[in-house]
Amino acid sequence: MTNRPGFLGYRRPDGRAGTRNHVLVVPTVICSAVVAERIASAADPVSVALPHLAGCGQLGPDMRVTHETLAAYCGHPNVGAVVVIALGCEQVIAQTLAEAGRRYGKPAEIVSIQGEGGTVRATEKGSRIAEALAKELAAQDREPCDVSDLILSLKCGGSDYTSGLASNPALGRVTDRLVDLGGSAVLGEIAEIMGAEHLLAARATNGAAAEKLIQIITRVEAGARAMGLDIRGTQPSPGNIRGGLTTIEEKSLGATHKAGERAPLQAVVGYAAPIRAKGLTVMDTPGLDVEAVTGMVGGGAQVVVFTTGLGTPTGNPIAPVIKITGNARTARSMADNIDLDVSGIMDDTDTLEAAADRLFDEVLAVASGRPTVAETLGHREFAIHRLNPTI
Amino acid sequence: MKAALVISERDNVATALEPLDPGRRLDLSGTTVTVLEPIMSGHKVAVRAIAAGEPVVKYGSAIGLATSDIAPGAHVHVHNLSGSRGRGDIALPPPEAGGLAEPRTDPAIGPDGVQP
Repeated sequence: MTNRPGFLGYRRPDGRAGTRNHVLVVPTVICSAVVAERIASAADPVSVALPHLAGCGQLGPDMRVTHETLAAYCGHPNVGAVVVIALGCEQVIAQTLAEAGRRYGKPAEIVSIQGEGGTVRATEKGSRIAEALAKELAAQDREPCDVSDLILSLKCGGSDYTSGLASNPALGRVTDRLVDLGGSAVLGEIAEIMGAEHLLAARATNGAAAEKLIQIITRVEAGARAMGLDIRGTQPSPGNIRGGLTTIEEKSLGATHKAGERAPLQAVVGYAAPIRAKGLTVMDTPGLDVEAVTGMVGGGAQVVVFTTGLGTPTGNPIAPVIKITGNARTARSMADNIDLDVSGIMDDTDTLEAAADRLFDEVLAVASGRPTVAETLGHREFAIHRLNPTI
Repeated sequence: MKAALVISERDNVATALEPLDPGRRLDLSGTTVTVLEPIMSGHKVAVRAIAAGEPVVKYGSAIGLATSDIAPGAHVHVHNLSGSRGRGDIALPPPEAGGLAEPRTDPAIGPDGVQP
């Protein structure tokens, strides 16, 4: 190793690097969610559950997104072992999820509630398995990994005017630096690119990515048009407007600063689809924070940086979420939920460069195992994007 | 600390970095602007006269169109600025969709339809 920046991570057999080493207890369907949560609590915080509302009564593409998102979490490098909690009669196939873990050399077990004969027996069996797997994972060591092994998820939420002036540009500098070093970053929230897509499209390295970006943004606008709806009722949010943001274009131009100024746009991918490109990837996610983070982590991001103006608690079950704010009042009033205060940029007591240096160091420290405040507080929000109503 | 910030030289609005009272004089990128009305921190103040229908520019890009004439020093927000994007309530094509005037996407294409 030279003196390139790096972190201590869990090297997986396929070459990817994990920043955490969780036992993932994944219910196939909402019906097994409570049993999964009880089982995960047996070896918390090494084991984490992935409770969700779907898994049955879904049609076509909606079912596919649920299935693929759950499988993506089973295969994620931050997961060292998988316990699938099935009910027994649902649409999502337990074997597919277990396979998604085994494909990457992880132990994966299935416990079926109908097969075991009810909640009590399934919980007992699952807890024994989770405890044993957690003990196995605790014995594994972190190894030196290169910074280019990182896929950083870029997220903002509860935005105000400081987001576009301080926290997003600071994160953007980290994005450019990471990509210069051979790493990857992913930007989601298509509705919050609307009005700034020309800037990202101009950075595309290939026509397909530029075209796909415009295509999915046009789809979101066409959706509003088809329903005769005005996006202004939703975007910007009432809190955004109180904070001084007037239009979605203004919000998007500030939000897109997270993606840096020069990182080349390499690919545009679907929700929770694998992020394979070095450089910048745009993912088709909704703007709703938890659904967006869920999708980007599903794509393979091992660390999330989440900028906020007004403050928000969102975490993720398997990936650390680092919160930064440029709003001095929020840094004080929501101190519980903030990892890094960059409000000095606003009153000239700090520079963007210095704040970006601190954030870059924070990303590597968190990648090496330092817990974020969201992890310490047990914030593990998870929500799969739904395309259709349940039938 | 500056009282208000102009981000790009193309901008015709500045962002207040502290609450601004009427009569306050701001020196902004070469021009002096007198604040006409109370403006909260984080909100926008017009740096130049902006005519109704003219783009309001921040970060060097259009953030929407003025819905009435805006005088220098006036508060610029939802009462006199309207976004043009995602407007299903009006029959306007997106003004800045990267050179594409008309949508050409099947609305049925979902996230899984854009997989590479």
